[in-house]
Amino acid sequence: MTAVLEVEGLKTHFFTRAGVVKAVDGVDFSVAKGEVMGLVGESGSGKSITGFSILGLIDPPGRIVEGAIRFNGEDIAGASEERLKTLRGNRIAMIFQDPMMTLNPVLRIDTQMIEAILAHEKVDKREAWERSRDALGLVGIPSPEERLQAYPHQLSGGMRQRVAIATAFLNRPDLIIADEPTTALDVTIQAQIIHEAQKLTRQTGTAMIWITHDLAVVAGLADRISVMYAGRIVEQGETDLVIDHPLHPYTVGLLGSVPSANKRGERLYQIEGMTPNMLDLPEGCAFAPRCRWATDACTPPPGVQTVDGRQIRCVHPRREGVTA
Amino acid sequence: MSAFVIRRLLQAFLVMALMSVIVFFGVNVIGDPVYMLVSPDADQAELEAAIARLGLDRPIWEQYLLFLQGALRGDLGNSFIFGEPALKLIFHHMPATLELAFSALFLSVVIGIPLGLYAGLYPDNPISKGIMAGSILGFSLPTFWVGLMLIMVFAVELGWLPSTGRGDTATFLGIESSLFTADGLSHLFLPALNLALLKISLAVRLTRAGVREAMGQDYVKFARAKGLSTRRIIFVHVLKNIMIPVVTVMGLEFGSLIGFSVVTETIFAWPGMGKLLIDAILQLDRPVVVAYLMIIVLFFVIINLIVDILYSILDPRVRLQDQGA
Amino acid sequence: MTDISADTATVDETAKVETPFQRFRSEFFESWIATGALFLLGLIIILALLAPYITPQNPYDLGQVDVLDGRLPPGSEAFTGYTMWLGSDGSGRDLYSAILYGLRISLAVGVASGMIALVVGMAVGLVAAYAGGRVENVIMRLVDLQLSFPASLVALMLVAILGKGIENIILALVVAQWAYYARTVRGTALVERRKEYVEAAQCLGLSRTRVVFRHILPNCLAPLIVVGTVQTAHAISLEATLSFLGVGLPQTEPSLGVLIANGFEYMLSGRYWISVFPGIALLLTVVSINLVGDHLRDVLNPRLKK
Repeated sequence: MTAVLEVEGLKTHFFTRAGVVKAVDGVDFSVAKGEVMGLVGESGSGKSITGFSILGLIDPPGRIVEGAIRFNGEDIAGASEERLKTLRGNRIAMIFQDPMMTLNPVLRIDTQMIEAILAHEKVDKREAWERSRDALGLVGIPSPEERLQAYPHQLSGGMRQRVAIATAFLNRPDLIIADEPTTALDVTIQAQIIHEAQKLTRQTGTAMIWITHDLAVVAGLADRISVMYAGRIVEQGETDLVIDHPLHPYTVGLLGSVPSANKRGERLYQIEGMTPNMLDLPEGCAFAPRCRWATDACTPPPGVQTVDGRQIRCVHPRREGVTA
Repeated sequence: MSAFVIRRLLQAFLVMALMSVIVFFGVNVIGDPVYMLVSPDADQAELEAAIARLGLDRPIWEQYLLFLQGALRGDLGNSFIFGEPALKLIFHHMPATLELAFSALFLSVVIGIPLGLYAGLYPDNPISKGIMAGSILGFSLPTFWVGLMLIMVFAVELGWLPSTGRGDTATFLGIESSLFTADGLSHLFLPALNLALLKISLAVRLTRAGVREAMGQDYVKFARAKGLSTRRIIFVHVLKNIMIPVVTVMGLEFGSLIGFSVVTETIFAWPGMGKLLIDAILQLDRPVVVAYLMIIVLFFVIINLIVDILYSILDPRVRLQDQGA
Repeated sequence: MTDISADTATVDETAKVETPFQRFRSEFFESWIATGALFLLGLIIILALLAPYITPQNPYDLGQVDVLDGRLPPGSEAFTGYTMWLGSDGSGRDLYSAILYGLRISLAVGVASGMIALVVGMAVGLVAAYAGGRVENVIMRLVDLQLSFPASLVALMLVAILGKGIENIILALVVAQWAYYARTVRGTALVERRKEYVEAAQCLGLSRTRVVFRHILPNCLAPLIVVGTVQTAHAISLEATLSFLGVGLPQTEPSLGVLIANGFEYMLSGRYWISVFPGIALLLTVVSINLVGDHLRDVLNPRLKK
């Protein structure tokens, strides 16, 4: 399989008045054509910033300080704004968390979809309109012609997110970055949206990075999972492997805290301690202060090692699996 | 939509009725109506005739009804000084005021919005900081003082522009205005700028705040993620959103421009209804004062009505809420 | 002011706990511009208060003014011997003296009307928030109606009806401004009324009056101070405008606006100082109050704090 996207040693830092926030601090991963990668982590772990870095949408005081982002072999980490504009929405598209906020409230749906096509292709408006209509049909919106004339506030949250997904697929991109696209929706609609997204990636061969804090969401959707903690990927591998036999203590904790039918009656596991202060990270492994298996060996920052077909950043991998 | 307009119209009538009561009682109860409405040089016979004509011997509510009757017929009494109907005088002076107010509104929009847009897009730039400092000054400086300084610098010291009067007018499309002659424009510029200054500051602040807020919104990030050009993001996505509050406020300010024109017209000897009002107050020409007050209230009511309707057209959310209600 | 700082100083010695007032003070003086403006404002007030003792003449004592000294440019020597640093006006008054005396009148009118409007607006706002229901509805409709007209126009309409004179001007300014205070107080009181401590106070069986005066009113103070400073500056500027137009204070109460108006006729002939210097005094006063008010808003606004 050829990689659509290869991210290598990506560091995105924010230079705030209070100090440097290393939101993304050395992230490596790749996504192959047609592959869905789940990027999982708590809020503040840097997963969304990773997504924005790929599109070059990091605003001051933040910037990409190091690393390569190779898209179809071309390094776009330091590419010009002009070059990035030709990629955004065209070859790489993005879907955001809150469908209430992502559509411009004063512009009609057709305006907002057609402009996404016209920004990249010289086609006439009629054709752009037809493509928009077909895209809405593809994501399961009934009577798309009427919906195109609507303003965002006239549609439900689920409907709006479908519009956003349809907009992302308009130009048949090679890669879609979905930043918690179902978090703001009801559970039943969540399932429908995941289903639509999955169907579309299969049909079009588009690769996808699905960013979420919810392991349960990506368990059934992603081919591979990367778990992020405090700006670094701590565990990365095939979905089944990561879910069934997590190696990193943080992944173990995350999985332990997911409620499920086969753990009924048991006490839910909780990761101890607080999410780290990004301005004042511990010297070694950032998870060590909350980790029950931490030792002195955790103080130099652990490097990446491959264990059981996975890349992990831990000196004490939990081979025995969940012991919690 | 029509239900919305009808409801707003009813509200407007209510306000007009209320204001007519206030102006009537202001003139007739707080002040001495004879003194207020009859020329000070009138003799005893004239005085008695006036009392009978104005119905001052009748109960107060009947007097109010008479006043209302006259007002509805467009009769608010004759000017003591000019001997003409007061309303006719006001309408005669109105075009000059409207011309001044529209020019000021135009200046504040074409100067204020671009400056505010720049200050909002590049908040840390020294030019933006200068723009904002200027807007604070624009808010603090009294209009009449700025007018004096404009006259002193541009008319007296530099001699570039005339300081008083309206200049030549020409008629175009049935409208007589100084906008259509070079001499008229040169007379118009300083007063219009003077009147606009406060509103320029307002437009700068409103636009800047709106741009700053909109730039942080997800829909702008989404628009950027779609690969749109910066121009389209700013002029379509951002500007269309902030135009709603800016247009509303600037529209509402049109009334205050007409109110403030009293000051500017006096300084620049601009022959509009504001100068007419001040002259009338100074010469105790009370029918003209009453007529001005009623007209200005009517103006405000109409402007509020127009802005409400405009707002509902610009913001689809307002329209829908009203349909649902 | 001095009493409070003395108090906090003793607190400071016994325990190193920062009182709200100290925090407010240190935050306020963080801004150079606001500190400078406050200093300037203090200076203006002191100059106005001390006017009779620090001016070479009482410009309204006819025995001290000589018409032959009229329209002297700045720095000229008067017949009576002293130097007129800012020149003289049309009737031979020393402008420096006239400005300080005018400042007294302008400040007095502005502060008096601001204070009365504050008290009236506060009372109305509290009644609205306290009574609720129909009373509140009627009051707030009235407030909204008045606020849809610019304050300057309301004041102008009133002087048009009432006529000239210092009492009429103050009345007009009060009527033009009370609604701003009423809206502020009612808005804050509504927010406070919903807070738990008010409910708790009511559960404790405290009387409603006590809740209003001991709990709600103190919380309205911060926004009232901010609105009060800005409105006072506005009142001063408005009085000057009305007086300049000739419909404000009479010649017997020569505020800064009256002085500027008197100098206007000389301006076109190049004798700029008669209008310009009183204008600068007015400007410095209004701008410094506004800068202080602007910064007070930033410091006192809890939403802007982290």
